[in-house]
Amino acid sequence: MQFRTLKDIVRLCEERSLTIAELMIEEQVKETGVSEQDVIQQMTDYYQVMKEAVERGITEDTVSRSGLTGGDARRVHDYMLSGDTSSGSDATRAMAYALAVSEVNASMGRIIATPTAGSCGIIPGVFVSSQERFGWDDTQMVQGLFAAGAIGYVIANNSSISGAEGGCQAEVGSAIGMAAGAVVEMRGGTPEQAMHAVGLALKNTLGLICDPVAGLVEIPCIVRNGLGAVNALAAADMGLAGVRSAIPSDEVVDVMLQVGRSMPSEHRETARGGLAQTPTGRKITEELRRRRQENKN
Amino acid sequence: MRFKNVFNIIGPAMVGPSSSHTAGAARLGRAARHFLGKCPEHVQIILYGSFAETYWGHGTDLALVGGLLDYDTDDDRLPDAAEEADRQGITISFDKGTGNYPHPNFVRIIVQHGEERAEVAGASIGGGNIEIHELNGFDVRGSGQYPMLAVEHMDSKGVLADITRTLSDAELNIGFMDVDRKARSGEAMTVIELDTVPDQSVLNQILQLPYVTRAAVIDLK
Repeated sequence: MQFRTLKDIVRLCEERSLTIAELMIEEQVKETGVSEQDVIQQMTDYYQVMKEAVERGITEDTVSRSGLTGGDARRVHDYMLSGDTSSGSDATRAMAYALAVSEVNASMGRIIATPTAGSCGIIPGVFVSSQERFGWDDTQMVQGLFAAGAIGYVIANNSSISGAEGGCQAEVGSAIGMAAGAVVEMRGGTPEQAMHAVGLALKNTLGLICDPVAGLVEIPCIVRNGLGAVNALAAADMGLAGVRSAIPSDEVVDVMLQVGRSMPSEHRETARGGLAQTPTGRKITEELRRRRQENKN
Repeated sequence: MRFKNVFNIIGPAMVGPSSSHTAGAARLGRAARHFLGKCPEHVQIILYGSFAETYWGHGTDLALVGGLLDYDTDDDRLPDAAEEADRQGITISFDKGTGNYPHPNFVRIIVQHGEERAEVAGASIGGGNIEIHELNGFDVRGSGQYPMLAVEHMDSKGVLADITRTLSDAELNIGFMDVDRKARSGEAMTVIELDTVPDQSVLNQILQLPYVTRAAVIDLK
């Protein structure tokens, strides 16, 4: 790829009057030798899977394999339809959709890792709800996914997208940054505004620990996906309003890796710290162990 | 750059709940199946680190078995893989590995069919991406992102030239290559990641080369 940093993306887009999505598609074709048409088709197929997961999560009873979680997406969706929400119906809809995809994931349903399965709700939550709201067609949404992918590519290569390596900031944080930047572009913002939105979003998740109860991608992952979708919309609004990230976004990406590395291993997906080791977290873990032992016998 | 393209970030399409523990595991299982070249009759799976601690809650066991059945990461049949393997009479054991291992999510898979035996060890490095660390005890790296040709041969002058010439004659482009040998003039393994999948005739030509004992294609696309 011709770009390594977010700044590279802005420079290349400005020099050649490209959108972030157009640049990403061009680079993907060069890197893989796959035709533009096929590259776009693959992303279109992925978007279809995202929409199906949203639909499934808000219409079906999804219960996770462990039985610990499920049904929250429908709860929030029904609540949103009641019309009396605190954060506004658009944010609440994005939240419901993000919860939906995350619950489908926990039930071993079909999803797209964006960038991981633990953070798979945020981008579909933001994208599908924004599509309904702004009336965008799928072609535009697919362009948005390429923009999100370009941002994620930079974050993954300069920092990390793995909870085991960098904590939850690396998974949920990366997804929020990707979604925020993509929304700025889809709403007509400049590449530079999109990059500021990424930095603003990432700054707000620095230090977020990965502390899954019993090691499962459920508590607190699902809820963090719901709230992450709302954060992404808010960061996009800041970017569109002209707010700049005082710390350049690439520096935020770099420091995210340093923060992740300095986190104790207890807070990096091992379930040996954070919420996983609260009295209730431990109780749930014990209960699941006991049930598993019973099933084995 | 660890991640090569946009679909390492958006994607893969997968069955939940964890890209590291489920999608990555399925791909590692599939690599073992392809390396053996057929469906195994007996499987021994040794899990290390986070894989060993949390595999049951993430369906890592089901994903590995699904991969051994040649299911892709988004195959709806993954949650029922254990029953299917049972129906096909495949025996599978799970053990917790001890000793040193190079990554928090690491697995060793030993597959057998009749007299044939193959062993793959690898790591799941996030977002469904994997890294192969060992094939049949040889230290060879592979990303699984490109079709991989694995050739076992005796260490001897000219073997690599013969292999790469065969690929070049077939107009196949090499993206990455790694060689390991047990000793000078001893057994050796060469892995080559290609831009396109080599067909059976190329594989046959390589098998006929002097000093080559075995060849397989691991294609996870």
